Amino acid sequence: MSFAERLRKGDEAAYLVTLISALTIVLITVLLAQHLWSNSVLARQKFGFHFLTSSTWDPLSGNFGALPFVYGTLLTSFISLLIAVPVGIGAAIFLSELAPRGISNALTFLVELLAAVPSVIFGLIGIFVLVPMLNVVIPPIAAHLSFLPIFGGSFFGVSYLTAGLVLSIMIVPFIVSISREVLMAVPTAQREAMMALGATKWDVTWRSVVPYARRGIIGSIFLALARALGETMAVTMVIGNVPEIHASLLSPGYTIAAVIANEFAEASEDLYLHALIEMALVLFVVTMIVNASARLLMLTAGIREIRE
Amino acid sequence: MIRKILLAAAFSAVSLVAVGQQVTLTGAGSTFAYPLYSKWAANFKQVNGNVQINYQGIGSGGGIRQVSTGTVDFGGTDGPMNDAQLADAKSKLHTDILHFPTALGAAVPIYNIPGVSGDLNFTQDALAGIFLGKITKWNDPYIQSANPKVKLPASNILVVHRSEGSGTTYMWADYLSKVSPEWKSKIGVGSAISWPVGIGGKGSEGVAGLVKQTANSIGYVELVYAVENHINYGNVRNSAGNFVKASLSSVSAAAAGAAKNMPDDFRVSITDAPGAQTYPIASFTWMLVPRSVPDKTKAAVLKQFLQWGITTGQNDCEPLTYAKLPREVVAKEEAAIKTLQY
Repeated sequence: MSFAERLRKGDEAAYLVTLISALTIVLITVLLAQHLWSNSVLARQKFGFHFLTSSTWDPLSGNFGALPFVYGTLLTSFISLLIAVPVGIGAAIFLSELAPRGISNALTFLVELLAAVPSVIFGLIGIFVLVPMLNVVIPPIAAHLSFLPIFGGSFFGVSYLTAGLVLSIMIVPFIVSISREVLMAVPTAQREAMMALGATKWDVTWRSVVPYARRGIIGSIFLALARALGETMAVTMVIGNVPEIHASLLSPGYTIAAVIANEFAEASEDLYLHALIEMALVLFVVTMIVNASARLLMLTAGIREIRE
Repeated sequence: MIRKILLAAAFSAVSLVAVGQQVTLTGAGSTFAYPLYSKWAANFKQVNGNVQINYQGIGSGGGIRQVSTGTVDFGGTDGPMNDAQLADAKSKLHTDILHFPTALGAAVPIYNIPGVSGDLNFTQDALAGIFLGKITKWNDPYIQSANPKVKLPASNILVVHRSEGSGTTYMWADYLSKVSPEWKSKIGVGSAISWPVGIGGKGSEGVAGLVKQTANSIGYVELVYAVENHINYGNVRNSAGNFVKASLSSVSAAAAGAAKNMPDDFRVSITDAPGAQTYPIASFTWMLVPRSVPDKTKAAVLKQFLQWGITTGQNDCEPLTYAKLPREVVAKEEAAIKTLQY
């Protein structure tokens, strides 16, 4: 057997092994969807599409609707991105481009440590540290802004805003850590070419390095968003767990993942259990739609850039 | 070489069988009863060293589900199974599921009103009104009249309830539905209900945390939790008209009060029970066992464990802040255990 032939054989083995790995992921996703679909049959038959538009959640009378939970999930994730994206990208740029190497490494270590903290710890910090702080800080601010619907109503400490804040703390490490890696992977030639044109350090960073790493940074935001949509424990501890829809960010609400975690263990009726599993199905679909539309947004943005 | 390995394997298999009178009982359900059943599992080993008991606190709903399908040997629940659930279990197991009370718990009102220390008195109407959202201010006549010595503020009440399905919620809702026809018709009884007012805290620590941090709030937690965390709680008026502070003895009194009218299947609610010193928001926690078990050794052990739990095992209750079963209930249970077809 010649060397080239063995190499070819090795290639094939590698191809097969990696193919199987890739298929495993597809298989898990398909099985998950199939399982959720077949185990929610009672709820799907009884409520149909009404499940998505109804705001009632009454386990005793067997009436279930997903709307307040979908709303809460999307709203809290949106708030968390609004805070975490600028902070995360800013921190990543500082760590990769501006900070001295020693400080950058030390801070990155801390950021990655933050990513490893269990979510229940964030929930406890949320309820015992953040909530009392917000109880002092928010009411005076809200009093001045109460003409805006998003700051109306009374504030109890637990709210969409509190959940969004806790989530943002939880997802910042993902954005920082991955964005820093991709920024550092930008070829030195990119920077040198820009500098040769007489650009300042910031010009180089903002106009050459960040656009080059754009794809990776957006990828990090997707990952963060997925984490925010599915986060359970930390959210349920600070959102107030009320299945209602409010325009005000200061009102208590509920999320899909939170209601599943809260009620699954005690659900003894079949319909109730199926309704909760249908909630998981809804979360699955919501996550896919959000991810797909984010990707679409990126794609159209990319096309526009090429046309320019 | 291979023969040697095979021989060794066969040998060790034989020796496993020889020691093998080891019996493992698995149970699942109520998280409230988990500390007690874990303690029992450890202590029962001194009675019968061959028995290994594994109990998982997965929640009462899960316990009912698993014992009904025969996945576990016994279940634990804080709310009794309803008739539909019993019929469903019978169709799957081809035998009845029996309820055996093992200990008692209680739920107590906790509150945070700036400027008010000491115990507040709550009447049935006050509690029902607050949790229905009809009483919205602390100085409402319904609350103020029961607390003449306390100056209550004219602030809005914030209700805090458990967000997850819980035996404590079951007790609370069961009590409110007994003292308020409106609660019974509008809300009902269950471990997870559709709350008319308030916000949900995750777990006892979530409810206690929210109450502690939010001025003018009221919530409810298990007596165990309030006692262990030194949280002050209010007195509740019982059916005899006395304001009673929950304690292990006033909870046991509720069970004794209910013992006279105890149905044979032990599926009884002891909220709002009669008796002068009875605390009204209390409940049994039940062990669920099938009437007949095919595996004879397992059946014998299960029976022995149950008998031990309601007698010697009761000594473990009070150190873990559960109320003990009253003597009348134990006697009735011992008679029922004899009817098990093991």
